[in-house]
Amino acid sequence: MNCCNNPKVFELSNKKLCKEHFSEYFESKVFKTISQFNLIDKEENLGVALSGGKDSLTLLFILSKLAAKNPKIKLHAICIDEGIEGYRNKTIITAKEFCKKNDVPLDIYSYEKEFKMSLDKMLKTLDIKPCTMCGIFRRYLLNKKSKELNFTKLATGHNLDDEAQSIVMNQFKNNLMASARLGPISGIKKNRAFVPRIKPLYLCSEKEVATYAFINGILDDFTECPNVVKSYRAQVRDMLNNFENNNLGTKNAIVNSFLEILPELKEKYKFGEAGMCKECGEVASKDKCNACKLLDRLEKAKTNS
Amino acid sequence: MEIKVSYDRNQGGKKMELDENATVKNLLEKMNINPVTVIMSRGNDIILENEILKDKDEIKIMSVISGG
Repeated sequence: MNCCNNPKVFELSNKKLCKEHFSEYFESKVFKTISQFNLIDKEENLGVALSGGKDSLTLLFILSKLAAKNPKIKLHAICIDEGIEGYRNKTIITAKEFCKKNDVPLDIYSYEKEFKMSLDKMLKTLDIKPCTMCGIFRRYLLNKKSKELNFTKLATGHNLDDEAQSIVMNQFKNNLMASARLGPISGIKKNRAFVPRIKPLYLCSEKEVATYAFINGILDDFTECPNVVKSYRAQVRDMLNNFENNNLGTKNAIVNSFLEILPELKEKYKFGEAGMCKECGEVASKDKCNACKLLDRLEKAKTNS
Repeated sequence: MEIKVSYDRNQGGKKMELDENATVKNLLEKMNINPVTVIMSRGNDIILENEILKDKDEIKIMSVISGG
């Protein structure tokens, strides 16, 4: 079954869609996700984590449409420049151009300025998996800067593939507590130390996001981070993609079944008030946050080298 | 027939020989690419797996996977 006689750009399990009908389908899916999980209120100072990649650009593009119809929703993009030569410098140019064109304010924060060292230099100093190091500092900065900018929430471009990978990774590592922090919205508790995060693209696959970005002229080059090939996540991602190719709907099934048990997981692993890092004042499960612990290790490695 | 394919960092494109009436699906199989991980275009238009290729076609295959 097809939508109309125009050339088709996407194939769903039961029909093929043209450019116009696919865009309608995709936007409707995102707006339904926002409404189903109460991701955005009528009045928000909404931060958008922007990397300049397809997911975050598509997210900002659709949220701009939402904000245009709802003047009490204010958008503000923030970008983290980790310092990945040959990759991030290019996506930041795209992010800047996109924000200028769409009239969205953008603030950029770099590891070099905030931590006195780029990610490339950190990886030469300390033998640690790139995505682990990068993730700790990126999450730290996103939360810290979101508070400074008084965001009511922070929207991220996480999609269905990201979530399916996280669920399976946590399962493989016997870490259900980490899964209890997943879902389309996190950090909802009244905790001023942590800005709630929302994932409006939660039910959209990577292929859907890339198709939408391409046909709407948002982006036509989907270069991935050079560090990702080394990650555990990349292994799970490739396994799931092979499975999806042989068994259509696998990733949807993983996420939908997870959503059914998520309320029980959240109940089982209730998170109390987050602690505070004695060094920087950011969120910490013990007396020191992961970012400060990692900075200590970097400093020690630098001194010993 | 001969087509020109660019894929990710191989942006200059490489020439490939395919049977007459070969489809995009045949091309992906020949290149050992999982269709879940890419989108394909001819010129500015997206094409699907069942699209029949023509001699001298220039096809761009874009990897959509990301995340670290």
